[in-house]
Amino acid sequence: MKLSGARMLCQALINEGVDVIFGFPGGSVLPLYDVLPEFQGLRHILVRHEQGAAHAADGYARATGKVGVCLATSGPGATNLVTGIANAHLDSSPVVAITGQVARAFIGKDAFQEVDITGITLPITKHNYLIMNASDIGSVVKEAFHLARTGRPGPVLLDIPRDVFVEEAEFNYPDKVELTGYKPIHQGHPAQIKRAAELINSSECPVIIAGRGIIISDACEQLRELVEKSQIPVATTLLGMGGFPGTHVLSLGMLGMHGTAYANMAIQNSDLVICLGSRFDDRATGKVSAFAPAAKIVHVDIDAAEIGKNVRVDVPIVGDLKVVLQVLNTLVNSKSRPAWLEQIQKYQREHPLCVSSEEDKLLPQHVISQIYELTGGDATIVTGVGQNQMWCAQHFLYTRPKTLISSGGLGTMGFELPAAIGAKVGCPKETVWCIAGDGGFQMTMQELATAVQDKVAVKIAILNNGYLGMVRQWQELFYDKRYVGTPLWSPDFVKIAEAYGIPACRVKNKKDVSAAITTALSYDGSYLIDFMVEPEENVYPMVPPGASLAELMEHPDARRANASSTFTVSNV
Amino acid sequence: MANSKRTLAALVYNRPGVLNRVASLFRRRGFNIESIAVGRTDDPKLSRMTIVVIGDNATVEQVRKQLDKIVDVVKIIDITGDDMVSRELALVRVKATTATRAEIVQMVNIFRGAIIDVGSNTLVIEVTGDEDKIDSLLNLLRSYGIREVARTGRVAMTRGGTIGSIKAEEEAATGRQR
Repeated sequence: MKLSGARMLCQALINEGVDVIFGFPGGSVLPLYDVLPEFQGLRHILVRHEQGAAHAADGYARATGKVGVCLATSGPGATNLVTGIANAHLDSSPVVAITGQVARAFIGKDAFQEVDITGITLPITKHNYLIMNASDIGSVVKEAFHLARTGRPGPVLLDIPRDVFVEEAEFNYPDKVELTGYKPIHQGHPAQIKRAAELINSSECPVIIAGRGIIISDACEQLRELVEKSQIPVATTLLGMGGFPGTHVLSLGMLGMHGTAYANMAIQNSDLVICLGSRFDDRATGKVSAFAPAAKIVHVDIDAAEIGKNVRVDVPIVGDLKVVLQVLNTLVNSKSRPAWLEQIQKYQREHPLCVSSEEDKLLPQHVISQIYELTGGDATIVTGVGQNQMWCAQHFLYTRPKTLISSGGLGTMGFELPAAIGAKVGCPKETVWCIAGDGGFQMTMQELATAVQDKVAVKIAILNNGYLGMVRQWQELFYDKRYVGTPLWSPDFVKIAEAYGIPACRVKNKKDVSAAITTALSYDGSYLIDFMVEPEENVYPMVPPGASLAELMEHPDARRANASSTFTVSNV
Repeated sequence: MANSKRTLAALVYNRPGVLNRVASLFRRRGFNIESIAVGRTDDPKLSRMTIVVIGDNATVEQVRKQLDKIVDVVKIIDITGDDMVSRELALVRVKATTATRAEIVQMVNIFRGAIIDVGSNTLVIEVTGDEDKIDSLLNLLRSYGIREVARTGRVAMTRGGTIGSIKAEEEAATGRQR
């Protein structure tokens, strides 16, 4: 039976298990929008800016593990997706982006709303396609979803000319994907796994770095088995949080620039680093040449190009973590490491995670701790980028995978609200909190309308400090307090929310924090809280840029707090 | 680490944009591609690329791994250390008067080249060999006045009777049995 390109695309999306598309219409995708109502299984969520569509698809993908889909028209619609696609690319998030293109006869002629989006997105997609014949749609969609979700996941873009949506052809939807140039390796090399096991068995002070690969590969159980069997403390990366329970006695919390002092100390003093599904990002390693100086390094990753890229590796293992860990766990001995674990506990006692001891101030860390307390940790946290993000990593203990959703690699301010909407659409039963700064929130706050129109209930907490806080912190510490471009005027966020029909309140005092959070939680729908937090609060500990993990700056109150545990928030 | 000349051999799908995808990765790492030669294989669906770049081992290996991730790249290997044969072809238009013509022809014969076009005061020479051979001929011709040079860049293959891993991948790619 012959179908139009638009109908083929919808049918192929349904075949791939797609149930929602985040999109924004325009001229070149009109033939597609025209047939959407025929496909009841495809829910369309209208965003207010295409960047929001890409972030929502990304948030949906990270919360569900399924492929997120966004849709935009040609030209500006397509270019507006670019930030979101780059964001998904750097964090290995499975997203399929569909863009309209001008009709085939107009391509390359600078037609109205024409842009070379396959050229533009070439370095920020896993792969992209310009579909020039309707008869190719079935097989290309099949390939695109296969690429997006397998191996190291990532975004794939499909650019489809307007007249290809209209063209009629035989719908050919293959059962199998044949991609000779693409064969992710799942089984790790047995000899290398054996070497890794030998190193683990013989090491005295090993540390695991758990990255997002643990979550993507669904290897949380296998990780836990390894950790408990061999008594290895675990530091997680920002994107790895939840891959290993933050409440576990062997959890060290996050490593890196704003990681816990004890995670960084454990790594620097270890004799073996076992890096699982992380790419040794500069924010995680600090100065690479001084990273874990005495340690041998085992690196497991499904992407061969990540191994040896940033850090010298003694045992490289290319493979899927779940598969590799299953084998590794059979080779690792049960072991207790009393001396090493005692040393770690000493780091934890002497260098706990601290917040200011000034009791009456409304500290942003307190807001996050309260959300943690009042949700019982049972929530998905979607963060912005900057201080709010680091406090969410430090003061909320994630016990389940896919519950911290954050822009790690690209560091995209404005990710929080649309990604939270996407996460909530993907997991309607989950309580989804969007934790924003006053800066990032204003980059995409137009998506409040999306949440209202499509009845997506997100709880929004703005940590409003009147500054672009993380940049201000750098200016305070490294630019002699010259606050250039960082003091931030903002509109009345409570009135903004109310203008969108979202109930909201403002919290100025510490004593009102928990009541506001309780109100937000009990309200059936979206709710916004504008927390007027301490303006010049800094994120500590901090490893200065370019310094090694050993050179971390602790909170100025750390020593005082050390004397009394009253104001100490420990991660354990 | 010391920079050296590396030769990469790649088997890629013969599709629009593939050259762009490959070249773009070198650009991103700031590599200047010394030469790149692309042509169809015996299977019209596949092309073979020979890429020559100057860089240190580790960086070239990192780029090679990145290139291997490109979906349209079936296989890419660094054959620098392998026992390989490589050739380049050059066309050279050189000034030739009645007085110098015979001399030039003699020189071209020594280099096992050929005269493929004769103009009233120029000759077009075809020569094949490794880069050094072509460079030396060009040096000798310089005194007569070189008008134009077109070089293909290196094409290379590993030596010996065994089929290289590229050939094996090619067979897998096209589903043919040997």
